[in-house]
Amino acid sequence: MVPNIDFSTILPEIVLLCGASVVLLADLFVAESRRHVSFWLTQAVLAGAAWAALGTMPLQPTGAFSGMVVDDMLAGTLKFMSSVAVSLMLFYSRGYSAARGLFRGESFVLALFALLGMMVMIGAGSFVTLYLGLELQSLSLYALVAMYRTSNAATEAGMKYFVLGALASGILLYGMSMIYGATGSLDIAVVGKALAAPTGDRTILLFGLVFLVSGVAFKLGAVPYHMWVPDVYDGAPTAVTLLIGTAPKLASFAFMLRLLAVALGGLWFDWQGMLMVLSVLSMILGNVVAIAQTSMKRMLAYSSIANMGYMLMGFLAANPSGYSAAMFYAIAYVLTTLASFGMIMLLSREGFEADQLADFKGLNHRSPWWAFMMLLAMFSLAGLPPTVGFYAKFTVIQAAVDAGFVWLAVVAVLTSLIGAFYYLRIVKLMYFDEPSDTAPIEARADNQWALSANGLALLAFGIFPQQLLGICVVALANSGLL
Amino acid sequence: MMSYLSLAIWVPIAAGLAVLAVGRDRDAAAARWIAIAGAIAGLAVTLPLWLQFDTGSSQMQFVERTEWIPRFDIRYHVGVDGISMLFVLLNSLMTVVVVWSAWEVIQVRVAQYMAAFLIQSGLINGAFCALDGILFYSFFEAMLIPMYLIIGAWGGPNRVYAAVKFFLYTLLGSLLMLVALIYLYDVSETFSILEWYDVPLSLKVQVLLFIAFFLSFAVKVPMWPVHTWLPDAHVEAPTGGSVILAAITLKIGAYGFLRFILPIVPDASRYLSGFVIALSLVAIVYIGFVALVQADMKKLIAYSSISHMGFVTLGFFLFSQLGVEGGLVQMISHGFVSAAMFLCVGVMYDRMHSRQIADYGGVVNTMPKFAAFTMLFAMANSGLPATSGFVGEFMVILAAVKANFWLGAAAATIMILGAAYTLWMYKRVIYGAVANDQVAALTDVNRREFWLLAAVALLVFWMGLWPKPFIDVMHNSVADLLAHVAKTKL
Repeated sequence: MVPNIDFSTILPEIVLLCGASVVLLADLFVAESRRHVSFWLTQAVLAGAAWAALGTMPLQPTGAFSGMVVDDMLAGTLKFMSSVAVSLMLFYSRGYSAARGLFRGESFVLALFALLGMMVMIGAGSFVTLYLGLELQSLSLYALVAMYRTSNAATEAGMKYFVLGALASGILLYGMSMIYGATGSLDIAVVGKALAAPTGDRTILLFGLVFLVSGVAFKLGAVPYHMWVPDVYDGAPTAVTLLIGTAPKLASFAFMLRLLAVALGGLWFDWQGMLMVLSVLSMILGNVVAIAQTSMKRMLAYSSIANMGYMLMGFLAANPSGYSAAMFYAIAYVLTTLASFGMIMLLSREGFEADQLADFKGLNHRSPWWAFMMLLAMFSLAGLPPTVGFYAKFTVIQAAVDAGFVWLAVVAVLTSLIGAFYYLRIVKLMYFDEPSDTAPIEARADNQWALSANGLALLAFGIFPQQLLGICVVALANSGLL
Repeated sequence: MMSYLSLAIWVPIAAGLAVLAVGRDRDAAAARWIAIAGAIAGLAVTLPLWLQFDTGSSQMQFVERTEWIPRFDIRYHVGVDGISMLFVLLNSLMTVVVVWSAWEVIQVRVAQYMAAFLIQSGLINGAFCALDGILFYSFFEAMLIPMYLIIGAWGGPNRVYAAVKFFLYTLLGSLLMLVALIYLYDVSETFSILEWYDVPLSLKVQVLLFIAFFLSFAVKVPMWPVHTWLPDAHVEAPTGGSVILAAITLKIGAYGFLRFILPIVPDASRYLSGFVIALSLVAIVYIGFVALVQADMKKLIAYSSISHMGFVTLGFFLFSQLGVEGGLVQMISHGFVSAAMFLCVGVMYDRMHSRQIADYGGVVNTMPKFAAFTMLFAMANSGLPATSGFVGEFMVILAAVKANFWLGAAAATIMILGAAYTLWMYKRVIYGAVANDQVAALTDVNRREFWLLAAVALLVFWMGLWPKPFIDVMHNSVADLLAHVAKTKL
């Protein structure tokens, strides 16, 4: 067999890799005061990668490099969205990072490499590629967390993240090896065919499955594999928290889809039960513990745990409508999280982190516009119309009801009621309390425009969600995955 | 060309956004004028609904139906029948009243206050017009947001507690309704409320759906024992917030009974009607007694609202033409009367900054015109003939007596209790010797307040003396609704 070497399938990755190398080199010759040159170069690379992801998106799934890589509409869509998320994160964090000595070439390059890892995961056709992508992403993120050397919390968070992340990677690898042992292949499509109707002794498959699900749950931060999430979110510099909390969720969704839905689709009944436990525990624990937090970042960390529970609830329906619901949920969550962490960075300034709930007091008096943006983000996380978060909740609940799990839908709405309480508290602080901090809100114009567009997008997609819903359905349907 | 209903929804919202865009705290006058212009425009676009409404038809009128979210077959589908049309008018009218009533009273963040009411008005109109389950739900939920901000930002000392309680209580009910809506979509493949009227459902499913819908709407009405958020919300809300809460948002709960529960789960409704009637009677009698002992005027009116709304749900679950129509008339009348009562308390509160009955006494000596208006509204609240309060109560009592004499007798206690708590409050506040120096220094209603109260008084008389136009509008739709209720879906 002649291996199919089709470079267009990995064009976004090539753009990123070359671009990252250029940024790395070019940054050496840029004076400290002209660091924005590297910044704009990075943005150009991201724009190129996003454009390449859209431009090369095939209508039919294409495998290349002996099946190591697949390119399909799902991959194109998620690669594009991840690039956008990273680009927005860089815009939001510009002032924040500059004030903390993190506005450096290395940060940009690591962010680009993390994105490269995500893209490799998103377009993986084999267990090996999946794992390589995951490791590239994780290692870049570990380094980014620990790069804020002057902060003890960040160093500690980096250490925790690294140790626990390495453990999870090991577990994942172990699971993959078991599946390999049972089926004799690392190719996702081949494994999928071999397990379509599993016969004989399934012990080793189930063991492998348990390890794989644990690994995935760790990367998503679902209960009971969530311990790292609050510490890392809280300890890392907010810019990095934003990166960890957004684009990797999209990659994790692709990871989960290729691993569980495609490769282990034949065992759906087995992983459905496991995901159900993860989902229910995450929704309950995430929402309940978030109430007790006084730190904004920790609260959002627990909120992320809860949100991953909702996403899993869509996924575990194990049918196309469930997968598209989970994908929509992931995208909506990423958009909302970008806005909420963007607000934290907007309010922070040199020597001051706006990462406590109290820092949001009286925001409406200081700036009605930014209070409104934060209000949209909070109501979107709470899942209230007319924000995109409502349709995210709606689609996953619909998927669960459709799959016959009405009780799960009831658990979901009751826990989201608990969630509404702490999101409302932020709104209360912003609108009903007097400001404790009266410093003017200053940010670069591009940051302000990007954040405003992001906030309004939550509203726009909440009123007209059809486009985004349609993209999720079409991307999954045309990817030949299901 | 947008239909009148779309205009009724979007004109106030657009006006609200305009107020936000233009209004600055320095320049409150501009915000006020744009707000009143927007509110009047919002009322103007609803007038054709009344003028062009075909009372001979029970069908949906002014229908507009376009694709919205084809992925789930969710449509932008609006229309009104005899049941919902009057509430769109009532709401648009009350928006003008609250904007006007806040004229000089609200001094901080005027633009945001006005905008919240205008946007809320559009959302409420949307909830009354929506014929698609998700469209309804979106409006139903979204309308919590402005009210939460209104209570929390412009309310009394305990406003945060009241605002959060209001929000979470209502959300609890409506989230379960969301599951019910999605379940109905799953069995029927559509979100069209009217198509749900013909979907067969087993009794077990109907009962579960009933519970989900019932929780949502019973909290909103509110029915005993899920009413506890209302007194808190009323007491803490600014006058305008109380007016809209009492006059409009409570009505959406009762409207939900007619639009969703009775026709979609008719068998469960009949099966559980005894339960609802029992809760309604508790609300009428027990809450009536609770109202009697209140020391806070707003709290007293809040409990009186719960008691009167109990009358509405009682009327609905008698499943007779007279009962349902009586309930609807009672809803509209209560919209006028409770709004007027809260406006009156607002007038006094603006002068004295107290809502305690004990702080007043002998107000008639310093505010004679005001005392006369309050007398009228107090009488209407007690259900005196010739006021709007009498018509609905009389119809429901008549229907109750037809169903069962003792039921009617129990329901009729509202006439006694209502008169007792309203007139006793009136006596303590308005009559007697001048209680203190502050009361002695009161000034009578100014021109704005006078015309505001006069306008509402006119409506109270109109409906009390000549209710036929209102009943004509609803007659055919109610008959059609009862035909649905009578038909089994098993």
